[in-house]
Amino acid sequence: MTSELDIFVGNTTLIDEDVYRLWLDGYSVSDAVALRVRSGILEQTGATAAVLQSDTMDHYRTFHMLERLLHAPPKLLHQLIFQIPPSRQALLIERYYAFDEAFVREVLGKKLSKGTKKDLDDISTKTGITLKSCRRQFDNFKRVFKVVEEMRGSLVDNIQQHFLLSDRLSRDYAAIVFFANNRFETGKKKLQYLSFGDFAFCAELMIQNWTLGAVDSQVDDMDVDLDKEFLQDLKELKVLVADKDLLDLHKSVVCTALRGKLSVFSEMEANFKNLSRGLVNVAAKLIHNKDVRDLFVDLVEKFVEPCRSDHWPLSDVRLFLNQYSASVHSLDGFRHQALWDRYMGTLRGCLLRLYHD
Amino acid sequence: MPGKLKVKIVAGRHLPVMDRASDLTDAFVEVKFGNTTFKTDVYLKSLNPQWNSEWFKFEVDDEDLQDEPLQITVLDHDTYSANDAIGKVYIDIDPLLYSEAATVISGWFPIYDTIHGIRGEINVIVKVDLFNDLNRFRQSSCGVKFFCTTSIPKCYRAVIIHGFVEELVVNEDPEYQWIDRIRTPRASNEARQRLISLMSGELQRKIGLKVLEMRGNAVVGYLQCFDLEGESGLVVRAIGTACTLDKLSSPAAFLPACNSPCKEMKESPLVHPPSHGCRSTQNSPIHTATGSRLTQNFSVSVPTLIYTGMGSGSAGKEGGPFKALLRQQTQSALEQREFPFFTLTAFPPGFLVHVGGVVSARSVKLLDRIHNPAFVGIMGNTRSYKLLDWNSFNADEPETRDAWWAEIRQEIKSHAKALGCHAVVGYSESTSICEEVCILSASGTAAVLNPRFLQDGTVEGCLEQRLEENLPVGCGFCHIPYDELNMPFPAHLTYCYNCRKQKVPDVLFTTIDLPTDATVIGKGCLIQARLCRLKKKAQAEANATAISNLLPFMEYEVHTQLMNKLKLKGMNALFGLRIQITVGENMLMGLASATGVYLAALPTPGGIQIAGKTPNDSSYEQHISHMQKKINDTIAKNKELYEINPPETSEEVIGSPIPEPRQRSRLLRSQSESSDEVIELDLSHGKKDAFVLEIDDTDAMEDVHSLLTDVPPPSGFYSCNTEIMPGINNWTSEIQMFTSVRVIRLSSLNLTNQALNKNFNDLCENLLKSLYFKLRSMIPCCLCHVNFTVSLPEDELIQVTVTAVAITFDKNQALQTTKTHIEKSLQRASTDNEELLQFPLELCSDSLPSHPFPPAKEHLESASSNSGIPAAQRAVTVEKASPMGEGNFRNRSAPPCANSTVGVVKMTPLSFIPGAKITKYLGIINMFFIRETTSLREEGGVSGFLHAFIAEVFAMVRAHVAALGGNAVVSYIMKQCVFMENPNKNQAQCLINVSGDAVVFVRESDLEVASTQQAAATCQPLCTGGEVTT
Repeated sequence: MTSELDIFVGNTTLIDEDVYRLWLDGYSVSDAVALRVRSGILEQTGATAAVLQSDTMDHYRTFHMLERLLHAPPKLLHQLIFQIPPSRQALLIERYYAFDEAFVREVLGKKLSKGTKKDLDDISTKTGITLKSCRRQFDNFKRVFKVVEEMRGSLVDNIQQHFLLSDRLSRDYAAIVFFANNRFETGKKKLQYLSFGDFAFCAELMIQNWTLGAVDSQVDDMDVDLDKEFLQDLKELKVLVADKDLLDLHKSVVCTALRGKLSVFSEMEANFKNLSRGLVNVAAKLIHNKDVRDLFVDLVEKFVEPCRSDHWPLSDVRLFLNQYSASVHSLDGFRHQALWDRYMGTLRGCLLRLYHD
Repeated sequence: MPGKLKVKIVAGRHLPVMDRASDLTDAFVEVKFGNTTFKTDVYLKSLNPQWNSEWFKFEVDDEDLQDEPLQITVLDHDTYSANDAIGKVYIDIDPLLYSEAATVISGWFPIYDTIHGIRGEINVIVKVDLFNDLNRFRQSSCGVKFFCTTSIPKCYRAVIIHGFVEELVVNEDPEYQWIDRIRTPRASNEARQRLISLMSGELQRKIGLKVLEMRGNAVVGYLQCFDLEGESGLVVRAIGTACTLDKLSSPAAFLPACNSPCKEMKESPLVHPPSHGCRSTQNSPIHTATGSRLTQNFSVSVPTLIYTGMGSGSAGKEGGPFKALLRQQTQSALEQREFPFFTLTAFPPGFLVHVGGVVSARSVKLLDRIHNPAFVGIMGNTRSYKLLDWNSFNADEPETRDAWWAEIRQEIKSHAKALGCHAVVGYSESTSICEEVCILSASGTAAVLNPRFLQDGTVEGCLEQRLEENLPVGCGFCHIPYDELNMPFPAHLTYCYNCRKQKVPDVLFTTIDLPTDATVIGKGCLIQARLCRLKKKAQAEANATAISNLLPFMEYEVHTQLMNKLKLKGMNALFGLRIQITVGENMLMGLASATGVYLAALPTPGGIQIAGKTPNDSSYEQHISHMQKKINDTIAKNKELYEINPPETSEEVIGSPIPEPRQRSRLLRSQSESSDEVIELDLSHGKKDAFVLEIDDTDAMEDVHSLLTDVPPPSGFYSCNTEIMPGINNWTSEIQMFTSVRVIRLSSLNLTNQALNKNFNDLCENLLKSLYFKLRSMIPCCLCHVNFTVSLPEDELIQVTVTAVAITFDKNQALQTTKTHIEKSLQRASTDNEELLQFPLELCSDSLPSHPFPPAKEHLESASSNSGIPAAQRAVTVEKASPMGEGNFRNRSAPPCANSTVGVVKMTPLSFIPGAKITKYLGIINMFFIRETTSLREEGGVSGFLHAFIAEVFAMVRAHVAALGGNAVVSYIMKQCVFMENPNKNQAQCLINVSGDAVVFVRESDLEVASTQQAAATCQPLCTGGEVTT
């Protein structure tokens, strides 16, 4: 006796959250059944393995049919085929677009193209996430990217509107889109200690301050691309390190203000010029696409690592950065105060976030 | 020219991409009605076209309005080649033809293609202007309302229940026409869909005409079926019950509080005092005559055809004459009718007087007319092999089919008479077709009805009222309608455990729902008997003969299984019995489903005793005693599980002067094939006697084993195939309707009856287990209206389709009410010695809210003057009597979830929606779909294909209901699900036919404040009234 056909269709579509998770995680039906058996569900319900198999198959079939709609979530809301309560619809969408930290760290800042897709095999092996799940996550990134890439208005709002995601998840996707578009390098070994959250935090700050949308909300691609003019202007900041008098003056103002307040004062004093050169040079180079990509590598190399090797506590880093950015205002020969604030305000936030072990 | 149909095409959305180059579609719409077609403009390059067309107007006869569906075709415009069809929408405009139903159809309809399924949606508005036509000879029957619901619809009142209407139409099946060889599958499917739509329209119109002739205005319990007879054609047939319904216009009637009978009770003191009937002691001549005539007839049909309780004894003191009078009267009302049948399964209070038992008839017919112009009519039941008028039949003519059904109905009628009944209720008909063999089946419950509902209020005399008065309440329907001195079959009767006055059988089988006034102890449960019989492959008559020879044995075994399982559950009555016999190439399948309950009026069932055949073998003895122990344990466990703890009553209290000696009954397993021996079966047995199962062969052993393999549902789950579960009355509004389909392939190696039975049993049990598992989040919950359908699509395939609704209930309250229930029945037992009338339970049923019902008031009058039962208790009954009553006011779930873009449409096979009031019936939904694929693998195999199709069918039903302005479908039924596959060719086809009533419901929580206040107000007079009179 073999079962040829075995289906269950409810007027309200039944969604089992546990099975949905297994499906999203890319497990095959038999693996999912095995995992469910291990969860002790048979003992709880008195069901048999055959029942579990049939149930799992059924749910998988439903999810498979729903997947097409999940690719364009507003369709899920308007379609007539599956009657699903709104709260369940939201859950389906949110979970479908959720991603694994390990996975997103692998592809963050990479071009979302076919070439990268071939690397998914390696990512799957490396992270232990099933290939199927990797594909879903990658396709989600790509789909969101394609839809909002050319769109006007706030990136987060656009994502929220077209994919009906929660605020949190929309922000994360905004970061992913922003990173993918600017191709920030995040995979280098020295960046491995950074989490997706760190990058997403930086992305948000940059979107708010460094993109076109930050100054003019009527421009295309405003939230996705960095403000070219701003980057162009940044080379004006070079004077801070190129002009020796200015650099010395800057150092003395900072040192005067911080004397006795830092536990690593002497190290700071010794390193001031190096650090300042690093930060200003990063700014000056941002006109080149390649250097934009290396932004995080540079920040870690030029600032985070030197401080870390001298064992600066985070509080000292904060005090230093605050003083470092603020004291520029008292440098008489420096005319680009606004530019400096736009640059340093964001950078300070990013650096503080990036400064950890 | 009595009607103008107006259609406006508004917009489309989610259309499929028809032009690969642009990834867009140039869509336009054709609107067709009859032979007139209109077109919209082409809306270029959009998947969401906004046509916003003018109003297309069709001027048509109302006859066409009833027959024709509105056909909307969405196409993709192509300049160079033929336009590609995207899909179609068929809209049945019938609901617009009654004044009280929908006034406009407006909404998003899924665009359906028989090859691709749903492809986007289209927004359409449809209106009808009807002109009054006074032509008396018109062919249309506009205005006759149709209901699938098998009870009087909730917001109506039955003035008269006229009776049975039937009709059938026959046509050639387009799939078998020569043209089918040259046209595409899509064209063929669409031709079929359209034809069936037309035929059902015509059928409905013809039935409507019959109703008008009877001077009715509605058909209740309308059941329409298709017989796909292949080469010999397509039959669409329908049965129903013609009624004259009155709309309850008062808005207050929708309030649940008014549904309670308290209102009527309050008025009762105004009614004239009770009059006492003339009590004649002599038996009516009609009575005896009926009895004797039918005993002959009976000898052939008993063991397999009439499922009733078995019993005999002398008449109750008062029962006889009244029964006779009543019968006389009812008979006169029913005599004019050819078939006194009613498709209803639930009735207005007082309608059902007595229930005799289940009557059924089957007949095997040959559809073949090409190889053999003759056909063999074999009456499955009587086993009299009749060859009917050989050459005069053309199988394609409706007359032939009419004659076939007339024959069967005649037989049903005579069976009912044998049981001393003049009517058949809960009547239904079905067919099973395999190649050229067709089994026609009909079944129902023989009953004695109250004539008051059957004719215009002319019979209202004192006689009738007296009859009413003497009808015991809550147990009356259990009392035997037949003459105990002239028992149509050997049976065992006892005095009713409720009123102690009239005789009742020890077991009662019926096809109807549990009457709302019935007193039930504990909860009920789904009981199924499953059976397979192998049959040799044969042709034509040989095949028909083989089948008709097998049928009685199957019926007998199904009956035995049901009886055994009922005993095992410790219960004594079956409701909603439905026996389906399915014929396949090489086997016959029998599946009987029913809901077992313990009726307080019927005696406690005896246990099951096993007797071995070889008493000398000690190990065998041991085995037997082991089995016996297991059975006894199971019975005890079941009694606990279903909370069956009837009050202990001593023999004295019963005081039953039953004349017959206690007779030990045996259920013989007949080894012989001879039909005569089957008749020897003596199914009677004494009340205290155990039901003896004699194990004389391995077959019997199997049976005993199979008895014990049925696993009870997991805790928190109950199941029944009736509308509601006795003993549960606090439903929440959480419902989930579902359809589940399973097909298994039998390995052809071990095809023995035994293996087959086991496979089939496992299939059904596993299916149930799966359902329990899937719905576990709804616990505590009850699966209601569980409807199994078996078909044998191919040699080694068995298909089982289940549709049911799961309803969550409030556990705490359930416990509470059962307790009061038990207390009440205990009290009843103790007070029963006195000569007092039972308080009128039936008044408390609310199936007919605020029904002006003089005899009921009469009842109340006598009850309140005679009854010694405290009023408080009556209040309890009010609460208990109905699942929709005040009992569940206290707990109801949260209001529906926040606004979504698509309105929620509930679907349920029940006639009501828990926690809600139906305020309007919008018309019947009757839809037929075909889906075909030539890329089965790509669509996820057979399971993926059918899963998607059923989901689409649900979606289309919901869309139509929403467009009518409704928010639910009640009495939903999937009448057909024919699935055929050819995996080698990567093809599959499926036909689905569904129907139901589109309704508008209002949640009780929205009415809460008003209703609770009113309930309190209306109950008050009742309570005080009771106290004063006692």
